[in-house]
Amino acid sequence: MTPEPGPMVEAKKLVKNFPGVFAVKELSFSVGKGEIFGLAGPDGAGKTTVIRLLAGVMPPDSGTATIDGIDVVRDPEKAKQHLSYMPQRFGLYEDLTVDENVRFYADIFELPVALRNQRIGPLLTSFGMEPFRKRLAGQLSGGMKQKLGLVCALIHTPKILLLDEPTTGVDPVSRRDFWKILYGLREEGVTILISTAYLEEAERCTRLALFHQGVMAYCDTPAHLKTKMPGKLLNIASPRAREIQKRIQSLEGLSGALLMGDHVHVAVDDDLKRIPEITRALAEAGLPFDPVTVTEPTMEDLFLALLKTKGASP
Amino acid sequence: MRWGRIRAIAIKETIQIRRDTRSLIIALFMPFMQMILLGYGVNLDIKHLPVCVYDREGSQNSQALLKHFQASEYFSIIAVLKDYREAKAALDSDRCRIVIAIPHDFSQKLSDSGGSTVQVLADASDDNTANIAIGYAQSVVGEFAGNLAVAAQGFGGSPARLTQGVDLEERVWYNEDLDSRNYIIPGVVALIMALVGALLTSLTISREWERGTMELLISTPVQPSEVMLGKLLPYFAIGMLDAVFCLVFSVFWFHVPFRGSLFALFFTTSLFLVVVLGVGFLISAAIKSQVGASQIAVLVTLLPTSLLSGYAFPIDQMPPLVQWVTTLVFARYYVTILKALFLKGSVLEDLIRPVLAMGIYAMVVAFLAGRAFKKRLD
Repeated sequence: MTPEPGPMVEAKKLVKNFPGVFAVKELSFSVGKGEIFGLAGPDGAGKTTVIRLLAGVMPPDSGTATIDGIDVVRDPEKAKQHLSYMPQRFGLYEDLTVDENVRFYADIFELPVALRNQRIGPLLTSFGMEPFRKRLAGQLSGGMKQKLGLVCALIHTPKILLLDEPTTGVDPVSRRDFWKILYGLREEGVTILISTAYLEEAERCTRLALFHQGVMAYCDTPAHLKTKMPGKLLNIASPRAREIQKRIQSLEGLSGALLMGDHVHVAVDDDLKRIPEITRALAEAGLPFDPVTVTEPTMEDLFLALLKTKGASP
Repeated sequence: MRWGRIRAIAIKETIQIRRDTRSLIIALFMPFMQMILLGYGVNLDIKHLPVCVYDREGSQNSQALLKHFQASEYFSIIAVLKDYREAKAALDSDRCRIVIAIPHDFSQKLSDSGGSTVQVLADASDDNTANIAIGYAQSVVGEFAGNLAVAAQGFGGSPARLTQGVDLEERVWYNEDLDSRNYIIPGVVALIMALVGALLTSLTISREWERGTMELLISTPVQPSEVMLGKLLPYFAIGMLDAVFCLVFSVFWFHVPFRGSLFALFFTTSLFLVVVLGVGFLISAAIKSQVGASQIAVLVTLLPTSLLSGYAFPIDQMPPLVQWVTTLVFARYYVTILKALFLKGSVLEDLIRPVLAMGIYAMVVAFLAGRAFKKRLD
């Protein structure tokens, strides 16, 4: 007889304008419990604004949003009890130690002192930060800072985490650790909304929204999004991949050619028709290459292709 | 409003003050520096004024008169001149502020008619000093011979004439030694409290905006009034500490008498601190850069407090319009109270009007400050 749980995060026709630009245009979406919902898109697409609107630190021009059923626009202070927001810029006190920062946020959320002291130790240990408890936050590495931010965000056991590009500028190893933590939290039932500029990270989300110029262009699971890729993606391996990318750009039926190390990913409308054409053109140019094959698109290919078909390219 | 959150912010702020050299310098070193600088530097008394003499007679009588000048603590004879040209040069070059010229027939006139004149040439480009110097000169000459008249020839000023026949018996109250330091120091205390209080708090909100910590703080359920109280509590404690320091320094170092009630002092100081800290907080909430906020803080506290509070320049000698403006200068009430407490020995009941004025000010500022800071980005 338990009622169907409502969405943990829901946006309805959110609009936010800044002088001269649309930051967010009539945005609607909802996020269910235990999802890792990704916001991807280039800088200036409106990801940060969306997160700020949901965190209740910036009022929208119109529209509503709810956090666990609480209206963020009308009652932001109540909604803030249930969420934790990690701004893109490091928001903790650099002149306070790790311990002092965590204690401060525990006290701001009115955690009883006994519970606070009970939680801080294990939380820091599980993040591998136990040895740095007495270190000033300003003296931590980039990855450590973000972990500390997460510890402070988690000290009051929020239901919803809003993370704005938490892994930007963080080394790959720390980034992987960070995502392990996120998966762990998801299993505990925490709903996570995360924006990222790294598209390979976007693939790890349960659902992904692609933003472009204040508009959510697509929103689906990463696997589904890939099936939306129009046409086919070809892979050309070559030691002179850069020249190949240049050479084929002028050919017909191509919607994009992306250089990926010693490969070129080429989006085409029809693989059967275009493979022979490309092969001939490259042979004429005298460039060395392995046989052209059809391949699975990566998030990056997808993103470029999808934005192009939307006709929303810059 | 939750005490737990206020306490959390107060603790955080205290730790930050302790680790911030700049705050510590403002809180602890600036009061000391200002006490020393203003306590010694601002002195309205005239003592040992440099004076040149032109003795055209060179008799026993004229020498005796000059000895009187030399013996007086108001004058120091620095040179003996030979003619009027030198006298003019000495005044023009600022070597001395006044020249005393004794006529060639000084002794003769004294014995003939029982009265002679001595000329005083004063540099009246600083008319206040010139007036006081002429007054002192009159009293020195008067001391020399009760029936001597001095014709004080103002150099660009008006001649002064000593009127004989009426004896004035002076009795000065509250500052018996007429020591201007006793008059200045209580005002210096107000100046220090205003400057330190507003400067420290002016940074407290703007620093969080500048460092990016505010965005996280406003995403928590903390209320603006809790942020204000939590942030101002440590500064209030520092302000009271500075007040105690200023009091001790004034009484034991500068020997300014303190005759009023200590309770009244701390009560009114608390009120004043609420106003000053509130003003600093308002500035900080309005201006999101630290540099801008601290400049505005200096502008709105130092200038009005030093010019319009009556700390050194008496309000009742200002033009009516300016006098009206001073009623808006909150430091004015505190200066009035401090002077009364230090010198007159007043108790709280004597000071109802300025205390009331400060109370109203404190309430208005606290009300505004509680709402000034908005928990949103724009």
